[in-house]
Amino acid sequence: MMRLPAFTYAAPRSIDEAARILAGEGPQAMLVAGGTDLYPNMKRRQQSPRVLIGLRGIRELSGITGIPTTGLSIGACTTLTDLSTHRLVVESYPALSRAVRTISTPILRNMGTIGGNICLDTRCNYYDQSYEWRRAINFCMKCDGDTCWVAPSSRTCLAVNSSDSVPLLCAIGATVRLAGTHGHREIAMRDFYNKDGIRYINKQPDEIVTHIALPPVNGWSATYHKLARRGSFDFPVLGVAVAMWRDPDGTVLDARIYLNAVASAPVEAAEARQALIGHKPTPDLIAHASHLASINAKPMDNTDLDYAWRKKMVRVYVRRALNGLS
Amino acid sequence: MSSLSKLRVRLRVNGEEHEMLVPVEKTLLEVLREDMGLTGTKHGCELGECGACAVLVDGKPVLSCLALPVELEGHEIMTVEGLAAAGRMHPLQEAFADLGAAQCGYCTPGFLLAAKSLLEQSSDPTRDEIKDALAGNLCRCTGYIKIYEAVELAARRMRSGSETAPEQAVLYGR
Repeated sequence: MMRLPAFTYAAPRSIDEAARILAGEGPQAMLVAGGTDLYPNMKRRQQSPRVLIGLRGIRELSGITGIPTTGLSIGACTTLTDLSTHRLVVESYPALSRAVRTISTPILRNMGTIGGNICLDTRCNYYDQSYEWRRAINFCMKCDGDTCWVAPSSRTCLAVNSSDSVPLLCAIGATVRLAGTHGHREIAMRDFYNKDGIRYINKQPDEIVTHIALPPVNGWSATYHKLARRGSFDFPVLGVAVAMWRDPDGTVLDARIYLNAVASAPVEAAEARQALIGHKPTPDLIAHASHLASINAKPMDNTDLDYAWRKKMVRVYVRRALNGLS
Repeated sequence: MSSLSKLRVRLRVNGEEHEMLVPVEKTLLEVLREDMGLTGTKHGCELGECGACAVLVDGKPVLSCLALPVELEGHEIMTVEGLAAAGRMHPLQEAFADLGAAQCGYCTPGFLLAAKSLLEQSSDPTRDEIKDALAGNLCRCTGYIKIYEAVELAARRMRSGSETAPEQAVLYGR
């Protein structure tokens, strides 16, 4: 039986109290909300915090406020089920609701939170293994070792950002709100991630993700397409999110395309965006933009399914996403 | 590994209050099985990838292998042992038995509880709604068709309040 390593548990009642405990305990402490990402990692000894700070007792971190015309604020501890079934989200941000519904399973979504999903630990075939398995390969750069077994010459960890919500939130222009002992700040979701599988989010050690802010809808529409081996349970091996703003005559005024599960951070397909802006999305233009987007994706051989095939599927999935919005 | 701290927790399981001293890192699954003797809840993958350990918390299925008792104080927990009432099996249990919806039976407690949560929200779910609701439970022997049919039969019996016999086609094929 795989058991959790020992730890002490703190249950703060406010964000300020949680931030104080986190700052006081330092690197030996970790935050936990749903636990669906952290507890399996702890059982495999990928992460062994001595102190866990449980956030689910903090009322101000749960729930959704605001209206779609000015934007919504989603508490970080809102469960994925509550988020994906919330009336305002279903009606005004349907792509977000659908993207969140593709995460894992309905049971996991009853537990996992949106804050946890945007902070999801990066994943890799050489990292998401039992302690004994990892010891047998002398560990890897991300945990307990020095070498990246995906690309031994790599100086950075190549573990993959595998969140389903992140590419969609980047595409629609969401922001992350953080609180720490030094105050609050807000950062665009697209700037929250680093191309480094170890330091994959721009969060200071004493900071807590408190809210995710959705911008007003304002004529944008969005979609998310996920590639995975199975229809449930699985993390994406490719996630494509597209948000588009079109003139009534069909001309693309702006478009944002984000690819996930192809790198340690979500990847923006900037050239595809430029190709689309100012034009009507004809089949030829969509094919061209899909080709441009696929150039941005450089999947490595460290997730499920063949990486060369996954690279080919980028073009297919971007085309499907663009067709769906055109 | 020695525990850094034991906590006194009060859990409400199947309508009964339990107060106990447990290491904080012990999962609900471990406490149910090892401290409370409720071995109906199964441990499968222990990593959130199979659904064998599902229990209901306030009526919603959650994975007991990834839940800490300290986080569940004040909530209503139901395990498969709580399904039968007044000496009678729950209609879902009867339908699973009638239709052979269990082969080795290891995944059955999780399926029963996930299905119970579904039938409480929707008394007449479509096949697709049943598939969606049970998408977090793996069965590695009998497959899913008999399980879906058992949920449909239980729903029919619960709606009519009577013991509708299973359809011939369901029992013996078409």
